[in-house]
Amino acid sequence: MSAASPLLTVEHLTIRFGGLVAIDDLSFSARSREITALIGPNGAGKTTVFNCITGFYSPEVGRIALRREDGREFFLERMDGFRIARDAGVVRTFQNIRLFPGMSVAENLMVAQHVALMRASFFSVAGFLRLKSYLDAERQAVERARYWLDKTGLLADADKLAGSLPYGAQRRLEIARAMCANPALLCLDEPAAGLNPRESNALNALLTDIRDEHGIGILLIEHDMSVVMQISDRVVVLEQGRSIAQGTPVEVRANPEVIRAYLGVEDEAAVASVIGQGSAH
Amino acid sequence: MGARQGGMEYFLQQLINGVTLGATYGLIAIGYTMVYGIIGMINFAHGDIYMVGAFISLVGFLLLGFFGITYVPLACLLVLVFAMVFTAVYGWAVERLAYRPLRGSQRLAPLISAIGVSIVLQNFVQLSQGARVKPLQPMINGGITLVPDADFPVTISYIKIMIIVTTVVLMAGFTLIIKYTSLGRAQRAAEQDMTMASLLGVNVDRTISATFVIGAMLAAVAGLMVTLYYGVVDFYIGFIVGIKAFTAAVLGGIGSVPGAMLGGMLIGLIEAFWSGYFSIEYKDVAAFSILVFVLIFRPTGLLGKPEIEKV
Repeated sequence: MSAASPLLTVEHLTIRFGGLVAIDDLSFSARSREITALIGPNGAGKTTVFNCITGFYSPEVGRIALRREDGREFFLERMDGFRIARDAGVVRTFQNIRLFPGMSVAENLMVAQHVALMRASFFSVAGFLRLKSYLDAERQAVERARYWLDKTGLLADADKLAGSLPYGAQRRLEIARAMCANPALLCLDEPAAGLNPRESNALNALLTDIRDEHGIGILLIEHDMSVVMQISDRVVVLEQGRSIAQGTPVEVRANPEVIRAYLGVEDEAAVASVIGQGSAH
Repeated sequence: MGARQGGMEYFLQQLINGVTLGATYGLIAIGYTMVYGIIGMINFAHGDIYMVGAFISLVGFLLLGFFGITYVPLACLLVLVFAMVFTAVYGWAVERLAYRPLRGSQRLAPLISAIGVSIVLQNFVQLSQGARVKPLQPMINGGITLVPDADFPVTISYIKIMIIVTTVVLMAGFTLIIKYTSLGRAQRAAEQDMTMASLLGVNVDRTISATFVIGAMLAAVAGLMVTLYYGVVDFYIGFIVGIKAFTAAVLGGIGSVPGAMLGGMLIGLIEAFWSGYFSIEYKDVAAFSILVFVLIFRPTGLLGKPEIEKV
């Protein structure tokens, strides 16, 4: 797909909760094969943007358009939650992990492939009769699950209960599950939160690999500046629901507005020492 | 009763009676437990869905008689399919009309709605079919005498064999659906986190509809078999059987499908043995007392898991 038409286009998005304006006239876009980071201080409205994109909130003003590579276009603000995932191909993860804790790791990945399996099985009838068409689809689903387990280093844990995995593994499983749903846009809400430096590096490698090898767009909320600066292609900075800067990590880092929002001071040297870490690799 | 109550044969006979009864309770209890598992409501109209299933079976047999199909195995099979399909439509419609619009409202709302549906179904059947007991000619007669020489001959009638075999087959099939099909997986996923399931593309509304349809089908089978077994139906049979099946689901651990099967079997056995050895008048009291005792010591039921509060 040419760079001319972005995957996700958010235009003039506005959300109010009572008198509070959570998102104020926000516009940005995200492209396929790119990692777009959404950053900003606590309460800036980052997760609210995710909630709009995935159908939790319906905005009063604004448009959220998703154009898939095959040319189909969806307006997410008018769609039900499951259609956003099923048809538009937008899948998200959560800041506080939301696995199916009582199901096995492998089954978590199979649920994510429900749509394809349901289609292949005529609402489970063919699945129950073990028809060949369904068995083929099921084999593909298992194959895909195995692929992502391998990628995320969870192959040995396939039969364990998802809830019994350690924290870092649960984070990776959530990403693996999202990828099994075959997304066009993967929305990750603070995937590096609570990870140790080694895990965080592995996550960077995983995300860049997803971007480069699987040709999908990634929209990332992240507080860890080293992650943002290292792997994102574009950065959108939010403050109090407004976008105060957009651009490449280098451009954003030099932006005085961003510096002010993050530290509330004019001391650029102090800022550079905080958000400049990413460039020190 | 005349027969010696202490004998092994008498015990065996009560066991057979109890298993037969327990099989039908188990089939109905699955409907309660599945719905509770997935949307956390007690579908109090489920007993009346069973009653509707029994009436649809009766209508089915009368229609077949009218068309001259009297070969019993064929008639039973046709009526089984007929009753399952039409009862499923009822189950689907009840969910669509009375419960789905209330989803997301407070917890009590669908419960009250369920009681309303129960009253509507009872009155609908009473008005359309009449209030009197409807008889059905006994169709499956005879049986096998297991211990012919004893002073208390133990017999297992063909109808009981049919009930037990059908129940075992259905429960096995149903367990396979829950465990291995994508529908079953979606049901279990929605049970754990409905929002997350829908964010992965699972049509949760349709999954819930499927749950009601499956529950209604199993209840219809129970309705058909009980109609054949007792030979009578009326518009009120759903109430007490519904309460018993609900008790079975709670006893086994509501939300747990194996629990519903186990609970159904236990309630059936308790009833049969209590009526066999003590007094038939107090069989319901016995069943409900056991429930109270189990809940005192195991509040989540026999196979239920403790509720994990989501944060």
